[in-house]
Order: sequence, then C-alpha cells, then structure tokens
Amino acid sequence: MSIAIQRGATEETSERAAAAPQTPVIELQDLSVRFGSREILKSLNCSLRGRAIGLLGPNGAGKSTLINTLLGFYKPSSGSARVLGHDIRMQLRVIRSLVGYMPENDAFISKMSAVSFVQMMAELSGVPASAALERAHEALFCVGLAEARYRELGTYSLGMKQLAKLAQAIAHGPKLLILDEPTNGLDPSARQRMVRMIREIRDSKELQIVLCSHLLRDVEDTCDEVLILNRGRIAHYSNLEEERKANKRFLELETYGANGDFTEAIERLGCECAKTGNRLKMILADGVEVRDIYRIAAERDVRIRRLNFRRDTLEDIFLKAMES
Amino acid sequence: MAVYRRTYTSYSGALTSAWSRCLVLFRYSRRNLFRSKLQTGLFVLCFFYPLLCLIAIYAAHNLSFLERFGANDRMLNIDNKFFFIFMNVQGTLAFVLTAFTGPGLISPDIANGALPLYFCRPFSRAEYVLGKASVLAILLSQITWVPGLVLFVVQSSLAGPEWAWQHLWIAGSIVLSSLIWIAILSLLAMALSAWVKWRIVAGALLLAVLFFGAGFGQAINGVMRTHAGHFIDIVYLMATVWNSLFRIDSERSMSSAAAWIALLVYCGICLALLVRKVRAYEVIK
Repeated sequence: MSIAIQRGATEETSERAAAAPQTPVIELQDLSVRFGSREILKSLNCSLRGRAIGLLGPNGAGKSTLINTLLGFYKPSSGSARVLGHDIRMQLRVIRSLVGYMPENDAFISKMSAVSFVQMMAELSGVPASAALERAHEALFCVGLAEARYRELGTYSLGMKQLAKLAQAIAHGPKLLILDEPTNGLDPSARQRMVRMIREIRDSKELQIVLCSHLLRDVEDTCDEVLILNRGRIAHYSNLEEERKANKRFLELETYGANGDFTEAIERLGCECAKTGNRLKMILADGVEVRDIYRIAAERDVRIRRLNFRRDTLEDIFLKAMES
Repeated sequence: MAVYRRTYTSYSGALTSAWSRCLVLFRYSRRNLFRSKLQTGLFVLCFFYPLLCLIAIYAAHNLSFLERFGANDRMLNIDNKFFFIFMNVQGTLAFVLTAFTGPGLISPDIANGALPLYFCRPFSRAEYVLGKASVLAILLSQITWVPGLVLFVVQSSLAGPEWAWQHLWIAGSIVLSSLIWIAILSLLAMALSAWVKWRIVAGALLLAVLFFGAGFGQAINGVMRTHAGHFIDIVYLMATVWNSLFRIDSERSMSSAAAWIALLVYCGICLALLVRKVRAYEVIK
C-alpha cells in the first residue's frame, strides 16, 4: 500500500523544525482541571525550559493528570497551557506530532511483535511505512530489545514491556519525550538500565524530556529542573543544575584537634563557618580552594577526617516542599 | 537499514498526510485478522454461494445445459427474489463472519491499555473508530454487495440491456441493503468489543443481541398483544427493510420507514457507546 506524502504533512514537519530549544517546554497559566466537583489541578502557573524536567509529587498529587491534560486527554476547566509554544486547546494535533509519550500503565498489543508494534505506532505518527520500519528497528536497538524484537509483546517481562513502551515513544523522533513513571515495577538492575537509557537520550540533545515520578532518585539522576506538585498545586520549583553548581562552595568537615584558631584562620580567608562539636560547616569564599583548607589544617596540626560537598538533596527539597 | 545505530536520533524526513493514517490501522488490523486459519477459511466459504448463483445465472441462459439435467428455463428465474435470497444467505454469512472478527477489533486495545498510545499521536478517536470500522466494512462488502453487483452485471450481460434497464433498481437495492446491514453489524460488533474486554464474551453477546432480541421481541408481542416488540428485534427490522427494497410481497406489521428509523437509532446508540468508551483514559467521577 502506498502512503501519500502530501503538502498538508509539510506543515507538521515545519512545526517540528520550529520548536526551538529556547521555547519553554511547558507553560502553564492558571491551569485548572476539574473532574465533576473535584478540582484535581488548581491554578497552576509556571514556565519550564530545562532539557530534562522532573515532575515530582506524592501519589495523587496531580502529576499524571497534568501530563494527560497537556496531551489533550483531559480538558482544562480554566486557564491555558502551552507545550513547546503550542496551545493545548487550539494546536493539539501539532503538539501530539511533536511529543512521544510513555504511559504509566501497561500499554501494548499482545498479539503483535515488538517491531510491528513500534512500526505501527511510528506510522500513526506520520512516518512513512518504509522509514517507520527502519526507525522501529533502530528504536528497539537503542532501548536494548534488539534480540527480542520479533517476539510477541504478550510474552515480554515487565521490564521488557517498559522498554518497548519507551521504544514506541521515541520511534517517530519526537521533540519532547514524556515519561510517566518509567521505572515502575522494575527491579534495581532494570531500573538502572532504564535511568541510563533516559540519560543517554537526554544527552543526545535532540529532544527534551519530562519525567513524571514519585521516586526521587530517578528524578535526581536524570533531571536538571524539578517541579514538585502537592494536592494539585505547585509546592516547589527547583533548578537542580544551578543548585548543583552553587553547592560546590558548601563544605562540611569532620576534624580532630581543631580549635578556635583553626576556625578563625578559615574565617580570615573570607569563608563563613559554623562549628558544632568536631563538625564544621562552611561556605567557601570566592578564590578560596579546598587545598587552602588542607594547608591551614596542616599548619595547625588539625586532622581532617572527612570532607563533603554538602548540599540539600532532592529528598531535603521534597520534604521541605511537602511540609510547607 | 541502519540498525547498527544504538543511540537516539531524531526524524526529519517527510510525513504522511493526516487522512492516510486511518489506512495504517486498517492495514494492521486486516493483517492480524487473516493470521487465523479459521477466519480465513470462513471468509473463503462465503464465496461458495455467490459461485453457485453465478452457475445458476449461466444455466438459466443456457437451455441446452438445463435440458441435460431434465430441467426447463422456468425453474430458474433470475429476478428480484433471486437477489433477495442471495442477500439473505450472504447477510447471514456476514453476520457469522462479524461474530468471529468484530469482537477482536477493539477489545485487545482496551484490555492492554493501548488506547493512550493511539491518542497521544496526531490521530483522533474518530479516525480510530473509522480505521477499525473500515476493516469490517471492507471485509463484509467483499461478500455482500460486491459479489451481488458482479452477479447483476453477469445477468445483465446475458439477459441484454433491456432487462438491465428494467431491473436497475435491483442493483441499488443490493448496495443499499448491504450497506445498512454492514453498518449495523460493524457498529454493534465494535460497541460490544469496546464494552466487553473478553473477545469470546463479546462474540457471544453479539449473537445474543440478535437472537435474544428476536425472542424477547416476540415475547413482548405475545404477552402485551402489540407489535412494539419488533422494535427490539434487529433481524425483523432488517427483514422489513430488505423486503421493501427488493419489492417482496409479504405482510409486515411495521412500515419500512419505521424500520429504517429504528435501525438508524440503533446505529446512533452504538456510536454513542463507542464515543463513551473509546478514549485514552476514563474519568471516574
């Protein structure tokens, strides 16, 4: 069967090209979603531009509802949202042509081989049949299912089904990859493989990622920007990448033999210090390096037993957000 | 084929037109359909009666052939009744074929949660239903109005243009009666397939809707001394429409217009059921 490649399709192609990296990935303006009398998302406002954005929150926070609304599965009750600069009410078809989506739950066709399944999904996204077959093979190789690609999906293990879902999400070459709980139900090694895969896709710099999870480690390992939702509201926004850079100056020392003289010497360098017992927390001043601390310690016969770059972990940030 | 590429690469090639994506679903569904030997065998079986009819038409115009079997030309009359019987036989076969194929169209997608994967793409719910319906519509067309029209053309070529002109309405009746039957069967099978996750149960329900509907309708008529029971008997409604289309004289307690309206209402109900169920995620309020 020949597939017509028409001029109409060039509009979608040009839309793909137009999605420049500077455009916010997700822009929410007073977005609310209501199911019956229950308000699930409450006036969300934000603009996210990161290469990998994490959506965090406890179960029932509204993460999946937000994703489903962005994909047009649910209608917003008020407000608006834009994905890669396209309005979710007016340009849903364009958005869907730019997005690859990996749903949370089982989603496959059991009596189909993985390669047919991924090929069909790529064709439904508009890739011509011959190119779709090629892309299906590539995607399955990319996610590590090359050996099993001719097997029926019904015979796959849970981990393999997750990978097949990832393959169908990337087969048509989306500009934005939305992953809803991608490590759900995976054992530790499979989880590690999945996280590594997501990082590799992110590092290819050909697309942006929105990762929705309640597992902090998954988000911390893959994302550079985090939006924490709680009870349908934005509880916290954090740019992990910037925090990581900033916290390179935050040190925690465990010392033996340190006295007031040691602390004073460090403070004279312009660092801020706080001492509790044999632990010393400090913020390094500009131009001061860790080797300067070691030098001062050696001059005063102070032994440094442990030195950590201490920063708020994502867990700290998350717990603070939940408390607030 | 660049299968050696292990890293993600974006796609920047040409895209197919939006309308052609319905055909993707049709192509894959049809391929799955004919993987079953039983269904393929059943499909082939559906062409035996049209073949018999073809021989009958040939025989009716070949006196020497008939005389060899001790028959005369009055025994084989090719008229509206001949095509009416043809449609009844093929209609029954179409129903059996639908009972086998229809329930497997949507239920596996719903059972395996595949609908979000379809609808997160530039592919609407209407296109999905259209793509799935086209599988049944084309399959059933191949055994109803297409062979019916072939028989009409053969008969016309043998009987001459005068016969063809006088009986042209039969061609219209063949197409129209097939289309309404195909529409009812396809929509009913898909609605049941969408609402019942198990394929076998959906098939059984399809049989039940037609046979129990007929029985229940008769029971209502008998107990309440009315004819309103016919409205839940799809087979009776269909027979009323076909009788009027093929101009067959029979006493019917319902007008063909009422039967048409009832059938269209059934189509509407099935569509509403499909719209309700075929969606990425159900909202539980």
